[in-house]
Amino acid sequence: MTMNIPPLPVVLPLFMAALLAALEQLRSRHRVLDVLSLLTALAVVIFDLLLLQRSLAATQVYWFGDWSPMHGFPVGIAFVIDPAAALLALLASLLTVAALLFSWHHFLAVRTYYHTLMLLFLASLQGFALTGDLFNMFVFFELMGVAAYALTGYKIEESGPLEGGLNFAVMNSLGGLMVLLGIGLLYAMTGGLNLAWIGAALQGKPVTAAGGVAFMLLSVGFLVKGAVFPFHFWLPDAHSVAPTPASVLFSGIMVQLGLYAVARIYWVVFSDVLAQAPVQSAFLGIGIVTLLAGGAMACLQRHLKRLLAYSTVSHSGLILAGFALHERQALEGTLLYIVGHGCIKGALFIATGILVYHFRSVDEKQLHDRCCRLKITGALFLLAGLALAGLPPFGTWAGKGIIEESARGLGYGWLVPFFTLGSVLTGGAVLRAGGGIFFGLGHLDPFSSSAPASGEEGAEAERSSGPTPVLMLLPMALLLLSSFGAGLLPQSQQVAALAAARFVDRDGYRDVVLAGERQPASPAVSEARPGLGGGLIAAAGAVALATLYLAPGPLHGRATKRIKSLVKEPVTLLRRVHSGYIGDYVVWFTVGTAALTLLAVLSW
Amino acid sequence: MNALPFLVVVWLLVVGLYGIATCRNSIYLVSALVVAQSSGYLLLLSVGYVNKGTAPITGDIPGTRIMVDPVVQALTLTDIVVGATVSALLLALALQRHKRSGTLDPKSEPPMRG
Repeated sequence: MTMNIPPLPVVLPLFMAALLAALEQLRSRHRVLDVLSLLTALAVVIFDLLLLQRSLAATQVYWFGDWSPMHGFPVGIAFVIDPAAALLALLASLLTVAALLFSWHHFLAVRTYYHTLMLLFLASLQGFALTGDLFNMFVFFELMGVAAYALTGYKIEESGPLEGGLNFAVMNSLGGLMVLLGIGLLYAMTGGLNLAWIGAALQGKPVTAAGGVAFMLLSVGFLVKGAVFPFHFWLPDAHSVAPTPASVLFSGIMVQLGLYAVARIYWVVFSDVLAQAPVQSAFLGIGIVTLLAGGAMACLQRHLKRLLAYSTVSHSGLILAGFALHERQALEGTLLYIVGHGCIKGALFIATGILVYHFRSVDEKQLHDRCCRLKITGALFLLAGLALAGLPPFGTWAGKGIIEESARGLGYGWLVPFFTLGSVLTGGAVLRAGGGIFFGLGHLDPFSSSAPASGEEGAEAERSSGPTPVLMLLPMALLLLSSFGAGLLPQSQQVAALAAARFVDRDGYRDVVLAGERQPASPAVSEARPGLGGGLIAAAGAVALATLYLAPGPLHGRATKRIKSLVKEPVTLLRRVHSGYIGDYVVWFTVGTAALTLLAVLSW
Repeated sequence: MNALPFLVVVWLLVVGLYGIATCRNSIYLVSALVVAQSSGYLLLLSVGYVNKGTAPITGDIPGTRIMVDPVVQALTLTDIVVGATVSALLLALALQRHKRSGTLDPKSEPPMRG
């Protein structure tokens, strides 16, 4: 007898979250909570591994309460687990394990309900990735949001987390509202909430503007979570002030799941209804703008977590562009990239957590040349910076290489330099920070911002002058290793290729959900090996950019002044755009939503 | 079905967004967000409304009566719960900020620029 695994990744953490909330009353609860939450996350990893293994053979459909479709109409709620969904769920649970391992030494003072919130967050990430029902997706979206807002504003005595949590919550609630409006429109048109059903019901009908508007509203909602321009402003405010373990999950998987939802809805519901050209050009454009804006802003930061947050913005632009190519191979690369990037970003955030642990600061200027004794952390940090830029054979390299190959094949070769530029900017910014902080290289950066964000560093952990605990270094090293494996092992690429092939097979998806047919094993796909050249160029570019910042010479004296005056205006403009005021964010949001909705009305 | 509910939906959304964009008080901001969110409830309810339909409580009414769509009502209820959670959290954050800095104006504190 096979056990019903599909609901467990959601049910177990939800149950444990409630249990841990009750255990908060215990007197010596600190380690009990740590151990229990860690065990829960590990169990979820095992469930996800099993699900991934099963989904590789055939897409798994699980109807809650055994409410399977009646006469082809889905009356129940289904989890539809194809390899892509299982892969992302697995990434989420792995990152959670790393984050919880790290938090073993992170919070020395006992903090209330931290573990409950983390497990709630894990449950919602799992549910969001695995579900095949639109409204269910919305519910997990909101649950993810609520847990994340609470985690962001966790250190409620500081002003940064309050501000960040507020901005995060307002923007994401508006995003959720857009999703809800989209769901309402789709329900009015089709009378169902199951993704496969909506897709099947829309198929063959004349395209209406309402369908296009519904798609755009859903997209806008999930793009807010996905943090792409002009909906990304909340992300740096939130990710830079959240407790480090939460930042690992925010940047590593939550943002990417938003983009995954857009891709999923596009492929299952709209790919044969809507003409793809307007969607494609709009999303490619948004992706490139996001990529560049995030990269540039990352270079301008001196608050390390904020720097990493902007690098996440930049990479989510790349991921959106990868999804927007609307092609199997690009999708394969994008999935691989999400995994590779998530692990590396997690490792980098853990490194900032280690800095907080030792020095109670993540300010590049304060820390300059003060962390030279943290040799291992420093080396891993620089390695992660290179990996972020796409150094072979990390997952970022493999993913980006495959996306680039696909882009060239589709006639979008002009995207490739932009991808490389984004990698150079973000990787270079990380390398610069690492070189200065851990190795005392260079001088103080001439372009970085003058006012660092008000930090949460103060209360997060006590200052420690001892060696870095193994339990902090271990998750960092493991995450880097995972990203390494994701790029190096041919198996991971095979999984990604199969996941992409199933993902784009919309008829197979609909059949397996609505008719219960076994999805035919996808045809063997020719595997694309990404070339080494692109990755090496990007990594070399990142090193060059960091050298430009750090090396004595090029940026000193007259040359500095000239460059400074050259970039002053665009830099000032970028800074002013990222004003930190929620009102401005909402104006951007409204303009972006109006533009995309108008595009939908005009195109269909 | 007429267009009136949908016009009201758009109106509520625009008013709510305007309120959030211009507000100088965090409590007011949360209220404006609630106004914007109510456009979602109205849209769902009007999508499922049937002329002269009764409440969808199947135990009490004869099988021949027309009911309004119960699914959208369930969705609306779910969303109201979610919305209430978020509002409560936001209000707690706003209160905390007031305790810390003695003001509710989002623009009064220097934000994290750039």
